[in-house]
Amino acid sequence: MKSREMPERRAEVTEAELFFNRTGIMANPDLGAELLQGAKKTIPSSESDGKQVDANRADYLNEGLPIGSPPVIVINDQQGEEALAADADRMSVLLDKLGERLAFERQGTRLYEAFIQKLEQIASEESAGPSSEDLRHICEEELEHFKVLQKAISGIGGDATVETPSADVVGVLSYGIMQIVSDPRTTIPQTLQAILSAELADNDGWQMLKELAGQLGFSDLETKCEKAFEEEQEHLENVRGWLSEITLSEGVGEERIPEPKTHRRSAKRLKRSAEPRSSKRTKNVRRKSTKKRK
Amino acid sequence: MALDLMKEKGTPLEQQKFDWRDIVQVPTSKLDDDAFTRVRIILMNGIESEALRFQHACARVNKELQPALARVRRIEQHQQTMINWLLPADLSPLETTIGFEQVAIEVTASVAQHEPDPYLAQVYRFGLLEDFDHLYRFSALMDRVTGADANNILQCYTDILPGRPTSLEHRAPEDDLRECYDRKTAQPISKLNAGTIMAGENQTHDYYMTIGPMFADPVARQLYAEIASIEEQHVTQYESIIDPEETWLEKWLMHEATEIYNYYSCLAYETNPRVKAIWDRMLAYELGHLHYVMDVFRKFEKRDLSEFIPASLPEPIEYRSHRNFVRKVLKEEVSFRAQGKEIGKKPETSASRSYREQMNSKGSPSEMIAAGYKWKPGTELAEETPDIKKLEKRVA
Repeated sequence: MKSREMPERRAEVTEAELFFNRTGIMANPDLGAELLQGAKKTIPSSESDGKQVDANRADYLNEGLPIGSPPVIVINDQQGEEALAADADRMSVLLDKLGERLAFERQGTRLYEAFIQKLEQIASEESAGPSSEDLRHICEEELEHFKVLQKAISGIGGDATVETPSADVVGVLSYGIMQIVSDPRTTIPQTLQAILSAELADNDGWQMLKELAGQLGFSDLETKCEKAFEEEQEHLENVRGWLSEITLSEGVGEERIPEPKTHRRSAKRLKRSAEPRSSKRTKNVRRKSTKKRK
Repeated sequence: MALDLMKEKGTPLEQQKFDWRDIVQVPTSKLDDDAFTRVRIILMNGIESEALRFQHACARVNKELQPALARVRRIEQHQQTMINWLLPADLSPLETTIGFEQVAIEVTASVAQHEPDPYLAQVYRFGLLEDFDHLYRFSALMDRVTGADANNILQCYTDILPGRPTSLEHRAPEDDLRECYDRKTAQPISKLNAGTIMAGENQTHDYYMTIGPMFADPVARQLYAEIASIEEQHVTQYESIIDPEETWLEKWLMHEATEIYNYYSCLAYETNPRVKAIWDRMLAYELGHLHYVMDVFRKFEKRDLSEFIPASLPEPIEYRSHRNFVRKVLKEEVSFRAQGKEIGKKPETSASRSYREQMNSKGSPSEMIAAGYKWKPGTELAEETPDIKKLEKRVA
């Protein structure tokens, strides 16, 4: 039997060709030039100053239908019906924001769990960046915050299982963060970048909740929010610090990194770091960027 | 509300018009709308998707029918868009998945209870327990990866419990094929049921195939790969219960009748007034399609339409929780397996066992993700608050 004639094969693709970012126009100058040439001859099929698009969107905005209704008190054993009705709007705002924080802390716990697993698999024994104990500490505090919020909502007569409108919004916002953290292809610094976004939002969220609780006269809740806010500030500072260390280490070389700032550590954390490490890092070399410089 | 299919002419085709603003309405609310509104939207998207799929397949082998098919199909496509676009953007792919499985469970449960043919009813109960398990696995994924509670979507209507384990659902292709109804003797409800459930499963398969690669987490990707494979098995199963001796035109008429039946069911139960108005309009459009296709049928076939078009529609699909029925089936039939066309307490074929062993040879994603999973209100991370403890006592 005659063997099939195969088209002439080009030589095997090199590693440099496999790991090369092709998204910019300069990646393909000849084709890029043709693209530009064609685009310059474009005659749009309609002229618009953007007002039509705005009017189209305005139509939907004017329908005024919300994402969803705010949560309400479901178990009232603290005030009379009239007082409850008078207070309904303020309580709904508080419950909405408590629900938002709760959803965030709950997702945050899962994010840190995923991050710990990634770190333990791919991080090297080098000092830049977090240890798994560092992350575990944050993860445990996120979980504690979630439980505090659960009790707070249920304590004021709300349903802690409700997905409030604000919880829904932050769920959509943080979808991308979850994708980055759970992606096995993302590096430790890329994961830290995503976590940084989460911590920034979390800090502002707790600060607002603390103020709201205080303004509405929930002093016990305000105190709990203050404590959580302090802990979240520590998380933010640490995440920022780790990301900065790693980025500078990769960008300018370890010998040129300024002395790292001592991260704020809570008394709990200082005690933990004095204890022997229970988890061992693998000896895998930290995944380095495979981009080859041309 | 009885509906006489021969008398009710609906909206004539030439009056079935849309524009883009009309098609793209403000979506429903994930938080406020009843879960069954979402169930109906998802199912009707599937019904319309099946209408398009069938009408394309028919066009590929019936040149003389192409103009009529193209005309009706254009309208069906716009109907599908209008309905599917009622789902809101804040409903994530995984939340939509939970909605899909709720459709499969509650609609199949209703169908199984109203199916007069005992063999077909068994087929539906068999598939039901498998989709029921899918819901459990996806709920575990949602809890453990995203930290969210699937009951926010299910609204307490549907249990989150293991069904027939997904890892045991993988069968050799020949063990997914069933006996079909006889087109000459089957009751109209049997044909409507088969068309409905087949459409739902086909849509579900296509949806999981589309969104599976959108997940970054590798266990999520594997879970979708695994469950999409089962949904394809389900399409094979439900497709096989439909008599292949039905002519193309007969099938087209049955498709239109199935669409009418489903819009009629949606209209009977819908609580959102905006959406109810859409079901009403679509019902009138489908009646128009039916009469159009009847005229086409009369040109090409010399058979009496009353042979297979029912004089009036059966009772609507029941859009309510079927918890008690599902739990009963779970208790009595979770150990059932399929052996060729038979379902029951039978040993499986070696072909199915070998196939399953091969597919699960590097682990089972559905077992991995749900290992030890028990749904709790507010997710696994939640503590039991006093209000939840009080709730438990209501049914203790």
